[in-house]
Amino acid sequence: MAHLDFEKPLVELERRIEELRAAAAPGDDVSAEVGALQEHARRLQRELYSSLSEWQKVQLSRHPERPYFLDYLGAIFDDFLELHGDRAFADDPAIVSGFARLDGRAVAVIGHQKGRTTKEKVRRNFGMAHPEGYRKAVRIMELAGRYGRPVFTFIDTPGAYPGIGAEERGQGEAIGQALLTMSRLPVPVIATVIGEGGSGGALGLGVANRVLMFEYATYSVITPEGCASILWRDGAEAPRAAEQLKLLASHAIKHGIVDELILEPSGGAHRDPATAATALGKTLRRHLADLSGMSGPELVAQRYARFRSIGAITGG
Amino acid sequence: MALFAKKKPVGDASQKKSLGRGVFRRCDGCAETLKAEDFTANLEVCPNCGHHYRLSAEAWVQYLIDPGSWTEHDEGLRSLDPLHFVDSSPYPERLASSIKKSGVNDAFMAGSGTMGGRPVQLGCFVFRFMGGSMGSVVGEKITRMMERGAERKQPVILLSASGGARMQEGALSLMQMAKTVAALGLLREAGMPFISVLLNPTTGGVAASFALLGDVNIAEPRALIGFTGPRVIENTIRQTLPDGFQRSEFLMDHGMLDVIAERHDMRATIARTLDHLLD
Repeated sequence: MAHLDFEKPLVELERRIEELRAAAAPGDDVSAEVGALQEHARRLQRELYSSLSEWQKVQLSRHPERPYFLDYLGAIFDDFLELHGDRAFADDPAIVSGFARLDGRAVAVIGHQKGRTTKEKVRRNFGMAHPEGYRKAVRIMELAGRYGRPVFTFIDTPGAYPGIGAEERGQGEAIGQALLTMSRLPVPVIATVIGEGGSGGALGLGVANRVLMFEYATYSVITPEGCASILWRDGAEAPRAAEQLKLLASHAIKHGIVDELILEPSGGAHRDPATAATALGKTLRRHLADLSGMSGPELVAQRYARFRSIGAITGG
Repeated sequence: MALFAKKKPVGDASQKKSLGRGVFRRCDGCAETLKAEDFTANLEVCPNCGHHYRLSAEAWVQYLIDPGSWTEHDEGLRSLDPLHFVDSSPYPERLASSIKKSGVNDAFMAGSGTMGGRPVQLGCFVFRFMGGSMGSVVGEKITRMMERGAERKQPVILLSASGGARMQEGALSLMQMAKTVAALGLLREAGMPFISVLLNPTTGGVAASFALLGDVNIAEPRALIGFTGPRVIENTIRQTLPDGFQRSEFLMDHGMLDVIAERHDMRATIARTLDHLLD
């Protein structure tokens, strides 16, 4: 299993526990020893994760084993019907969209998808969408609006793709249009930042009545690497930039960027994806129930007021 | 031996520079040295080659708005420092020095006025203030401008010149993209036009929010317009970018702009567009 540098002591301890179990001959009682090691592992995990730096938390948000949109989709929703294509240029695999059921209720689901294997990562462009990805999202949102289906979005992207084709086909216009469409949708919209909330590419799926965020997710105006290369002309200063940008969930909730923080299993969602999915499912259902009594115009007005109030200004 | 003997410099270099800058200017476009007042009188366009230099927000207002009709709005708004951001200097110090140097409180100027007698809401980025970056104040001013347009049933004309969202306000800057575009939604609902004028440069979070969502998008010639800046794209794809990439003419070719207008034609182009949409 892939792991981060700071997770190494814990991963090694867990491997020793497994080895001890495997090596024990039938009839050997290793339970006392295993128990002691497990206690040690629990303590180590608590210590490790209670003193993480901002940069280490950023790394957790990008953890190679972290659950992705399709993992949560499979765990929480049923009967997923994927719908493809922007009707103009292509289907963008970096954004997955369609209809599904939540406890039997028809809903729309849209999210960034990073890909697990090397081949899939490349196919999905590491979750970095092109304009056609946002245009596909807009198409599904409009469908949802017309058929009265609530929209769930799942944000997990380093950012919208910076490339020649993306610029030729209007990356800026595509994201702008997604913001505009989302702001006018007459149905409940609930967005969750599940991993990386990378700038405009993240916000393109983020104009919602409720914005939720996992404990070890990030939401940022620029990547720490990009910020560091601008401010200090050195991408290696990313840990320093991460501290300045206040991109963690704990900061986002303080600034009104997100409405609720979803706690992760000890050590992060990747250490217990099932528990993380259960927590997410519960939270999504609660917010959907809250919003379900509201009319279309009320939902649009609430969403407007939510974003209208964000900012830190004085005077005039 | 040199063909011409070098003359001894007169006075020190700094003196010479300031004297030269005041009276003469060498054009970056054609390398011609012309009288500085000829640029100023020509809306900062080189009279020789037509190279467009940046025109200040104040000069744009003076050019586009009928004399005596301008009322500025929200000019007292200032940014706080929600992140306690420090790079080479703390953000509040950076703000204070930008305010002092630029003579304005943030990177956007908005107001009401008339254009050929028609009441309009006009706003212009102040690029000299932190590269026209959009933080909470810029977002708030644009939002209020859209709301005023919707409320008063007046068209909104917005001139963009910005590197994008302001890093120093983090995700709060990012959220201004959603806030301003949502306000644009109100303007559309009110049936009032949004004329987006794209100046050099319009990139990042400004390009990925309202700037390309004009009912009509008008750009100046050769302006740099794009989501990701060229340097970052080059670093990502490790290729040299083609000449003219992300310039107005490139965007026009790719269907992102309605009109490219020379600065001298800008006022007439905006006025005619409004006539077509409203009269």
